[in-house]
Amino acid sequence: MSLFEYAPAPESRSVVDIAPSYGLFIDGAFVPASSSGSVFKTVNPASEEVLAEVASAGVEDVDRAVAAARRAFGPWSALPGAERAKYLFRIARIVQERARELAVLESLDNGKPIKESRDVDVPLVAAHFFYYAGWADKLKYAGFGPDPRPLGVAAQVIPWNFPLLMLAWKIAPALAAGNTVVLKPAETTPLSALFFADICQQAELPPGVVNIITGAGETGRALVEHPDVNKVAFTGSTEVGRQIARSVAGTRKRLTLELGGKAANIVFDDAPIDQAVEGIVNGIFFNQGHVCCAGSRLLVQESAYDTVLAALKRRMATLRVGDPLDKNTDVGAINSAAQLARIRELSEIGAEEGAERWSPPCELPSQGYWFAPTIFTGVTQAHRIAREEIFGPVLSVLTFRTPDEAIEKANNTPYGLSAGIWTEKGSLILAMADKLRAGVVWANTFNKFDPTSPFGGYKESGYGREGGRHGLEAYLA
Amino acid sequence: MPKSPSPAKATRAAAASKAPASTKAAAGAAPAAPAPAAGSAPGASPARAGRLGVRKTYKLFIGGAFPRSESGRTYLVDGDNVALASRKDARDAVVAARKAQPKWAGATAYNRGQVLYRIAEMIEARRDEFIARGVPAAELDAAVDRWVWYAGWSDKIAQVHGSANPVAGPYFNISAPEPTGVVGVVAPASFLGLVSVIAPAIVTGNTVVVLAAAPQAAVTLAEVLATSDVPGGVVNILTGHAAETAPWLASHDDVNALDLTGVTDPTLATDLERAAAGSLKRVLRPPADTPDFTADPGVHPMTALLEIKTVWHPKGF
Amino acid sequence: MSGSAFNLRSFLHGLPGVDKVGVEARAAALGTRSVKTTAKAAAIDLAIRMVDLTTLEGADTPGKVRALSAKALRPDPADPSCPSVAAICVYPAMVPVAAEVLAGSGVHLASVATAFPSGQAPLEVKLADTRDAVAGGADEIDMVISRGAFLSGRYDFVYDEIVAVKQACGSAHLKVILETGELGTYDNVRRASWLAMHAGADFIKTSTGKVPVAATLPVTLVMLEAVRDFRAQTGRQVGVKPAGGIRTTKDAIKYLVLINETVGTDWLDPDRFRFGASSLLNDLLMQRTKLTTGHYAGPDYFTLD
Repeated sequence: MSLFEYAPAPESRSVVDIAPSYGLFIDGAFVPASSSGSVFKTVNPASEEVLAEVASAGVEDVDRAVAAARRAFGPWSALPGAERAKYLFRIARIVQERARELAVLESLDNGKPIKESRDVDVPLVAAHFFYYAGWADKLKYAGFGPDPRPLGVAAQVIPWNFPLLMLAWKIAPALAAGNTVVLKPAETTPLSALFFADICQQAELPPGVVNIITGAGETGRALVEHPDVNKVAFTGSTEVGRQIARSVAGTRKRLTLELGGKAANIVFDDAPIDQAVEGIVNGIFFNQGHVCCAGSRLLVQESAYDTVLAALKRRMATLRVGDPLDKNTDVGAINSAAQLARIRELSEIGAEEGAERWSPPCELPSQGYWFAPTIFTGVTQAHRIAREEIFGPVLSVLTFRTPDEAIEKANNTPYGLSAGIWTEKGSLILAMADKLRAGVVWANTFNKFDPTSPFGGYKESGYGREGGRHGLEAYLA
Repeated sequence: MPKSPSPAKATRAAAASKAPASTKAAAGAAPAAPAPAAGSAPGASPARAGRLGVRKTYKLFIGGAFPRSESGRTYLVDGDNVALASRKDARDAVVAARKAQPKWAGATAYNRGQVLYRIAEMIEARRDEFIARGVPAAELDAAVDRWVWYAGWSDKIAQVHGSANPVAGPYFNISAPEPTGVVGVVAPASFLGLVSVIAPAIVTGNTVVVLAAAPQAAVTLAEVLATSDVPGGVVNILTGHAAETAPWLASHDDVNALDLTGVTDPTLATDLERAAAGSLKRVLRPPADTPDFTADPGVHPMTALLEIKTVWHPKGF
Repeated sequence: MSGSAFNLRSFLHGLPGVDKVGVEARAAALGTRSVKTTAKAAAIDLAIRMVDLTTLEGADTPGKVRALSAKALRPDPADPSCPSVAAICVYPAMVPVAAEVLAGSGVHLASVATAFPSGQAPLEVKLADTRDAVAGGADEIDMVISRGAFLSGRYDFVYDEIVAVKQACGSAHLKVILETGELGTYDNVRRASWLAMHAGADFIKTSTGKVPVAATLPVTLVMLEAVRDFRAQTGRQVGVKPAGGIRTTKDAIKYLVLINETVGTDWLDPDRFRFGASSLLNDLLMQRTKLTTGHYAGPDYFTLD
């Protein structure tokens, strides 16, 4: 790019005002954690700068939050749906009005490019609240009976990859259905949830309807195991999902899980090649690959292998890795030191297993957590990097000959969250979609999300759906 | 010491405190609105001592603009001269509605929902004005809530009214609703009634030509629509005598459906339905009894103006 | 590459398809690149040097064309550091007038030809049109393809016409206008691009500017992909010219970003990329001035032509 270097185009940080420390949001107010809690720091993964100190909720705090949600549940669920709807519409509107602030905050705390938080995350957050607001007074039309009732208090634990969006996916349907919630954001990305609490105050949401308690694994466990919780919703790793499923066994708690994946992105030789390459890149490098439904296994038809790989490598060379707040950045920072270590470890394993590793030349900053977009070719199903979720910008490339073989390989995994199909032939798309054991199938596109479109996994990718009419089911009795 | 996040800008705090107080359900008796113009002479801009008010001109709303009737006629309503729509105005309105329809139908459901929600915002903001024009406060609240109800249907009606059909063969088969096109509407006299016939038609992507009964509220609604990001031509409002202009809409070959909810004369209703049969328009007959617009309308007002398209595609390789 | 109907058809129809939603999303995403300060200044100057300053009106007269040619040489009389444009683009009848003004300046003289804009005329007329323009002093010819023949699948006819016109050009460079707004699909744009390049085009151009739909970012993206793949296959580098509807500096910079990230810097050169435009130039000048003075410019400070 010698003739055309884009000058740095940083988004200004001044639009967001981060306090030095935050308490827990319980019963409509920010309160300090009880003495048995402690504090932890949240950092900017692009620079390792400390952003704020955040309270760590202890067992007493979890108890307080659940009690607040329980108290609020009666009045909240008794409100006419039309009134609950108007609260949610207000929240949607405020998110739109504060969009820039929220996008910058999310990029600072998570490491994702401002381009993504501005153009994908925050708009989808507003859209989810807008969509579910409209269901609050139409529950009898949703296909779940003439008078569907809420469950009660929902315990919700969300991951760090799309902090505010995962919050929206959890809170919007829960509230629309008449439940109250206690939500724990991930420990590396607590800030947007705390700002959301401020938005709830701005919307004059009744106290206790939404409670945000920050903390790590112990806080999450205390929350989901709390006896006065009626519903547990978890998005995160399959391993923790398993633990939660065990812990609710024998109780009356309803459970939905959205876990990991190792999606196959299947490219046929009659694919629209240039768009397929965009889809491959988007599938694994969007959000630094920190996506449960990432297209982390490229299954390319052998007859198209050379063309696709050459085009893919050429395209990867134009990816811009760097400062998340720079508007021209395509790939941001890895969310934490721990995640970076895991990605590096699995990549080393990939090389040891005999796969061939390639990255475009990439200048990575010296501070912060960074990993260059990487592909492994010569991968087979027997390799660990074809089976285990890396959750980073690492693509494993495998080949296939026929559609049947593609299906076999795509389904040959304990996961089943998503899949991609690239071909110009409609009947092939529909037949493949029929046979792929995945909750979301993208044809000639990838990583597309919409509040009206149900999302969730088969097999060990979890159960339950978020989004759409089906997304209400998890929150109705 | 933990601290709550402070709003970064003073404007947000100001915005929060400006939130309208009508968050409570409109269950209690709404205070009777002061009606400065009630029963008095022209316009709702009362002359204060020594100051002459500037009267509002009541015109038609066609294609996003406010023209007078091409016939130049007006009629007297509460001392105001209101534009009296002619058949040519109706013709022009249909042209405007047809022109706007593809783009409106092509907007995302999310976008249409947001536009309808904004209409609710604008009506709420103009509460006092509507009350001054004779709309009771409780009815006004119900009308805002009705807009909000319909705003929320935009991106859901396809999920409730469409289906994936399990045909007995290797075919992908989906039924999805589409808007029928341009709808001629004879509106009921009440404001809530007016809202209850316009919203379900446009939320799914139809455009409408509305023959309004109570002009002041209808024209004020038109002013709201003009400031709510509603594209010109999506809603067209004609004030005048429905008996004169409705037959021209009913027989118009470029109108796809006819909503006769506001027709109170059974003979007229029958004649209009007969005229509509000429191009086999979809017709919503007037209700048998006086309808209660505060009740849950159900999905019928929307589905009556939708076409179901079913698509087949083979699956196989 | 022979022009036989069978080979050409199966070749063109064997090219990979273009997914409309995908290509439009990619073009839109590239349009969000932020180009500021030094990069913007360089981009503006480059864009100016890429402009084919155009007048193609029935009402064109020698006076009008002389004025436009003078502007082409010296776009900003108040600032001698402002570069000249790439070329003037006029009808054949106006070529000698422009030639007089541009003589020896290095600014090229492009003429439309071949019964521009519709192309609905016999081949002899089109070739005469071409020769006349070249003889008058044009060193670049912008021809139109026969869209009717293309859309009815007569690829050989279209191919042979381009070959003939290229011959009539002599040493003049040939730009082939595909009239993408009439081709209907991106797949057709891709096919027409490859057909024109195999037939000898030096440049492929989007539009005549005379139909409602002219240059767009996604159409240009498809054409850039085509020239990239053509060079990979044959070694020959063909240029791209979007024309019509490009009015602002912001638009122009989006096109430069498109080039930068699709085909690379080899095409960031007036010999390989042109803007067919008229009002764009003044917007470029206003933006250029703003970067040097620090405040927004007004149209009174720039010549209309």
